[in-house]
Amino acid sequence: MTDKTGTPDPWTWARGIAALRQPQLSRRGFLNLAAAGGAATLIAPRLLRAQPAEPTGQVIAGISQEPTVFNPLMLHIEVDEGVYFNIYNPLWGVDPDGNFTPQLAAEIPSVENGGLSEDGLNWTIRLRDGVVWHDGTPFTADDVKFSLELTVDENFRSARRAGHDLLTDITVVSPTEITWRMTQPYAPYMALLASTFIVPKHIVEAAADPNDSELNTHPIGTGPFKWVNRVAGDHIELAANPDYFGEGPYLETLVFKYIPDMTVLYTQFQTGDIDYIGLQGITPDHFAEAEQLPDRVVMPIPQPFIENIGFNMGKPQFQDLAVRQALYLAMDKAAIIDAIYYGLPKPAESYIPEGNWAYNPDLPQHEYNPERAKQILDEAGWVPGPDGIREKDGVRLAFTNSTTAGNHVREQAQQLLQQTWREIGAEMEINNLPPAVMWGDYWMMSEFDSAMVGIAFMVGPDPDTTDYFHSQSIAAQAGAGQNTVQYANPEVDALLEAGTVSVDREERKQIYYQQQEIIRHDLPYLPIFQYAMVEGTKAGFVGYTPNINVRINSWNASEWYWES
Amino acid sequence: MTRFLLSRLWQSLVLLLLVSMIGFAVLHLAPGGPLSQFALSPGVTQEQIERIKEQMGLNRPLPVQYLDWAGHLVIGDWGKSFRDGQPVLVVIGQHLSATLQLMVSSTLLAVALGTWVGVLGAIRRYSLFDYLATVGAMVALSIPTFWFGLVTIYIFSVELAWLPAGNMYTIGDGSLLDYLHHLIAPCLVLGLVTVAIWSRYMRSSMLDVIHQDYIRTARAKGVPERVILWRHAIRNALLPMITIAGLQLPTLLSGALVTETVFTWPGMGRLFLDSLSYRDYPVVMGILMFSAVLVLVGNLLADILYAVTDPRIRLD
Repeated sequence: MTDKTGTPDPWTWARGIAALRQPQLSRRGFLNLAAAGGAATLIAPRLLRAQPAEPTGQVIAGISQEPTVFNPLMLHIEVDEGVYFNIYNPLWGVDPDGNFTPQLAAEIPSVENGGLSEDGLNWTIRLRDGVVWHDGTPFTADDVKFSLELTVDENFRSARRAGHDLLTDITVVSPTEITWRMTQPYAPYMALLASTFIVPKHIVEAAADPNDSELNTHPIGTGPFKWVNRVAGDHIELAANPDYFGEGPYLETLVFKYIPDMTVLYTQFQTGDIDYIGLQGITPDHFAEAEQLPDRVVMPIPQPFIENIGFNMGKPQFQDLAVRQALYLAMDKAAIIDAIYYGLPKPAESYIPEGNWAYNPDLPQHEYNPERAKQILDEAGWVPGPDGIREKDGVRLAFTNSTTAGNHVREQAQQLLQQTWREIGAEMEINNLPPAVMWGDYWMMSEFDSAMVGIAFMVGPDPDTTDYFHSQSIAAQAGAGQNTVQYANPEVDALLEAGTVSVDREERKQIYYQQQEIIRHDLPYLPIFQYAMVEGTKAGFVGYTPNINVRINSWNASEWYWES
Repeated sequence: MTRFLLSRLWQSLVLLLLVSMIGFAVLHLAPGGPLSQFALSPGVTQEQIERIKEQMGLNRPLPVQYLDWAGHLVIGDWGKSFRDGQPVLVVIGQHLSATLQLMVSSTLLAVALGTWVGVLGAIRRYSLFDYLATVGAMVALSIPTFWFGLVTIYIFSVELAWLPAGNMYTIGDGSLLDYLHHLIAPCLVLGLVTVAIWSRYMRSSMLDVIHQDYIRTARAKGVPERVILWRHAIRNALLPMITIAGLQLPTLLSGALVTETVFTWPGMGRLFLDSLSYRDYPVVMGILMFSAVLVLVGNLLADILYAVTDPRIRLD
């Protein structure tokens, strides 16, 4: 890792590890472990501590957003998924190493076990027997069929149609077996199903409008916890499901407590009002202090989100590769990370988070070199005007940069960029907007010049990024997707298409390595860093296992318990 | 009186209509919408957003949407929240009781304390107490509530561990004692500002009164000081306070945004902010109409009480 400023490597987790009282570990060794999801094992050395025989105790998880959507197939935000993982089950889950683990399915379908045909088109899923819904009704293949069909129902506010809409001939063979065909091979579907929670047919079907079923107020699932109640604007209480088929639950009660202000969230972690500080975590400026708290374990958890500057390539300023390259060279990445983000996140070169199997570690490393940036612009014919701002063919190298207004940390990063870019003759004006405006048409329909945005580009844990980089995904050009930077490269299109068709992981890896090289060269987004969120638990809290392959770390609360 | 009430009712209805139209227009014309929070969700396409907009009726012309909403409101249907699908009245009801508990307790505290401080400050004008009360009120009014709340939590919860760091109650406890324990800090923080306001008003009102001729006459007649104070001065000084109380009624129910945020109190203030930032139109409009009605009722009550307490005033 090149680190031009000589400050400690931001990925130094040593402090976090020390708190866990682990044997000495070299940094390289640790990184390998972390990459393999070993961090999880470090945090939860299960063999040393005994799980309780009966569900006992309570955990209050503090979160800074409020879960409000309880039908997991409806449009929702990530905080809602923290509840889903504990109430419902998908067919299979995904562990921190990226492996699929059977949940409602009895086994993971593969070509070897006959679950998947060679061409990846025919799927046969054998389901776990004897699973019951929280209301006692048996779970069957009919529920799976119903759930998959609901995702593409015209009248349903579905969270995601793309992928599910490739299914045909969904057939219930027996209560424990279901088959379907796909109209075209779609490799990410495996990963997609890992975040597709199955809902009870008998509950949703009973509602006149699937958007307005009983699940909205009283969710019923197959998961480790049952719904108890929700105090709107305050908390949600869940209780152990004694009939759960999987591991656990070991806790009697699980509470999600909504604490909207981040400072207050941290204070309540300090005072012990909450046992676990989850989503949005501890702000970087409190990190050093938090580590000193007695009886608390605090650690930065890598997130799948990459912080970027996205260039709208529909605007004339950004169509020239030289401009994007020069702006990248003139970005003082180390200063942004160290000075503004307290050295917490790790610099990124790829849109794929480190730790994913498709992450390409050999991409060229960024360097902060304003002189080289100027040279590139000179060579490309961008000539400084009287005010020092460069121009070429009547286009001024001036643009706005937007992000969510009120995010002070990002504003500081913008100001830093504004300065260093001004030095090479590029004028950036900060134009921040309230979230509802910023992420409305302004973003979706590519009305912005450039944006500072954190994005998880992949389909859950699957490295397919068709949504973001395929030329057919530009909403502003009548495409379906989130290619809001309007990036179009036939070579990347071809790779994306090849990647979704292949079911061979090694082959896909090569495809995505190549795609990352091209994107790193073309720079539609300037990657800044991979997010790390500082989360923490009380000491004696066992089983907390960060998982970069899911969107929220309460994914395995069924395995949480208190050290007796 | 009946004529007065009828004309006020008529005026109020017109006012409510205007408030609803302007509120609706401003809210919907503000850029962004309830679906933009999903823009960064994986796999969400613009086409899908459009489809859902259509389903929710959000792409109809604004007047049509307004008439639809107002038409339902008239027959008692306030609509459903875009966030959690609950009926708006249920959502408001859930948050209203939390707000009421906090506001009523802090207002009672503030009125009692503020009246006392104001009266004492007026009858002992320019005494040490008066100076301290004046300075104290200025300080209380200038301290940002957010900061004051956090400092209170820092001192009494983090350092001394005497009080809980916010929340309405301990989850899993729910006893009255536990609840009262949680109420102390937010009630004091919120009450402090109100005490300051109330004591200033009371002091000036009291000063007005005690320099009136009838007080001097009473003194000259040899009426005991205590009787003058209670029967003549305070009663008259409290009159203008009725207006202030009436005007405060809406804030009583619309909640205290900052205090509720700092102390994680699930009240109306939080609900309004959350609903606004998610562009939860039905709930925002519901709260708007609810508050508008309260403002009107508060004013009406103040006027009526004025007439009841002051025989010189006739409502016609």
